[in-house]
Amino acid sequence: MRVPRAAALVFVALLGVVLGLGVYTFAYARGWSYLTNDPKACANCHVMNEQYDGWVKASHRSVAVCNDCHVPPDFLGKYATKAQNGFWHSFYFTTQTFHEPIRATRKSRGIAEANCRRCHATVALGMGTPSHEGPRGVSCIRCHSSVGHMELGATSVAAETR
Amino acid sequence: MTDPSPAPSPRGWTRGPFISILAVTAVAAAAITGLLVNIVERKQEARNPFFRVVELDDDTEDPATWGKNFPLQYDAYLRTVDQQRTRYGGSEALPRSPTEADPRSVVSQERIEEDPRLRTMWAGYAFAVDFRKKRGHAYMLEDQTYTERVQQFKQPGTCIHCHASVYVPYRKAGDGDLIKGFEAFNRMPYAEARKSFTHPIACIDCHDPATMALRVTRPGFLEGIKALKASQGVPDYDVNTAATRQEMRSFVCGQCHVEYYFEGPEKRLTYPWAKGLKVENIVTYYQEAGFTDWTHAETGAPTLKAQHPEFEMWSQGIHARSGVACADCHMPYTRVGALKISDHHVRSPLLNVSNACQTCHKWPEDELRARAELIQERTVNLRNRALDALVALIGDIKAAKDAGATDAALGAARDAQRRAQFYVDFVESENSNGFHAPQEATRILGDAIDEIRKGQLTLRPSPAMKPRPRS
Repeated sequence: MRVPRAAALVFVALLGVVLGLGVYTFAYARGWSYLTNDPKACANCHVMNEQYDGWVKASHRSVAVCNDCHVPPDFLGKYATKAQNGFWHSFYFTTQTFHEPIRATRKSRGIAEANCRRCHATVALGMGTPSHEGPRGVSCIRCHSSVGHMELGATSVAAETR
Repeated sequence: MTDPSPAPSPRGWTRGPFISILAVTAVAAAAITGLLVNIVERKQEARNPFFRVVELDDDTEDPATWGKNFPLQYDAYLRTVDQQRTRYGGSEALPRSPTEADPRSVVSQERIEEDPRLRTMWAGYAFAVDFRKKRGHAYMLEDQTYTERVQQFKQPGTCIHCHASVYVPYRKAGDGDLIKGFEAFNRMPYAEARKSFTHPIACIDCHDPATMALRVTRPGFLEGIKALKASQGVPDYDVNTAATRQEMRSFVCGQCHVEYYFEGPEKRLTYPWAKGLKVENIVTYYQEAGFTDWTHAETGAPTLKAQHPEFEMWSQGIHARSGVACADCHMPYTRVGALKISDHHVRSPLLNVSNACQTCHKWPEDELRARAELIQERTVNLRNRALDALVALIGDIKAAKDAGATDAALGAARDAQRRAQFYVDFVESENSNGFHAPQEATRILGDAIDEIRKGQLTLRPSPAMKPRPRS
């Protein structure tokens, strides 16, 4: 049995309602900001306030934003990573089930590491001893953990004064 | 409706898919709405963490009233009733039959039964009668009221300084003058003073009711830190105007977690810091003040009791040196929704490793716990050796005394006991099993053992003679 045209119209209207809800939610949650390079977007949900505050004071603030280190540089890799991280961050924040303090995943650390080596290629090549290369090598952020966003004192002071 | 014909439209759908798609759409709409509401909630949480439903002023003593404005902090504060063990510390809830004199139905372990050497160390002093493991802040007033140290012995009102919320009653008793009220209660017997106090530590003891800023309210610390700063060349130090916010996050705890004594016949609570915070500075202070807590029952030595010097020990450790405050580990930031508050469930960081340690130390929880417990294990082992040595010295002095040795002959050994015992007790009564300053705790115990060795040597016959056979 076929559905009458009137019902189909109502149905299309309903779809429109859902679409509208979706668009409004996206806008209300500042969804578009996640497609930009603005570091403020990363602290939208406040979980990364400390990292944002730390970045403001860290040595890389004038040369790199979050995306320069935390997503791959190529278009496809960048948006695929944003999509994947975006989904899981939203999922865990909405369900409030995540480890605290927050920690970078192995994949995220790999992306950051690759980006260190991309910008600092001359230094990285110069240091190309086996111990600094490959999956078992010493990673840059093992020692330079505070270049992107200072942790500890700097961030806790920033968090206190909010 | 313009076409009542039931004839199938070429673009119409059959009912089956229509219903399926409708269901999917409905679920999607519900999910999106749910997400929207969730986002709204989180945004609200982040926007305004504070609703003032009651007015607080400098006379608002009851923490439940403050809790109406700050329900999250208050909820956590109430949780200090928890009794939980760590490997070497913490307390265990032990059932007990209440009596008329002591209505407590739950207490913690009796330390002098667990380790009878403590009884020998404190022979002749109230601590040898009753000394239980410390419990959370919630129990401070109750446990002081019913300990045998207060029930069986006459104690001054001074004791209440650190076992109750004192700010409001002190000011009332002093007609608005905190120090006058403090002095008045110091002079009273404990039982009489006790009647004026209702709450264990409360919000007002650490917070300014108008701004919520941290504030030192206990006279003992106000005067103690002033004396300490004066010794460092800073005259007239006023902690409430001169300290940084990060310093205050330790100083409010240092109001009570310190070594102290009662000075003179006025029983004025005094923190012995005028020569510094290290154990030897404190002993020198007591030497010059000519202060003795009690005469040891077995040896006749003029002995001292160390009292939970957490603030002093912490001040000698790497965390203090790195600017880490008490509250950073014992009240770490905790997230509630989109809001971050300091955790008012004050407890051992070993019960909260992720929030307390991992903010700075990026290692797995098990690894961090293992590191802390290794420090504690080493300290506890050395503390055991030091206690054995002390008990041996006490035995030797007692034997010499029973054999008829004069006070002059025993003087040096008794002095060694006085100093060594204070050192051992300084680590024993300090509530971190060495963690607050691992090397300092070890150093103190090593010095104590050396002092005991020297004390025992003074009891030996002259070197020309054969040493006494050891029993």
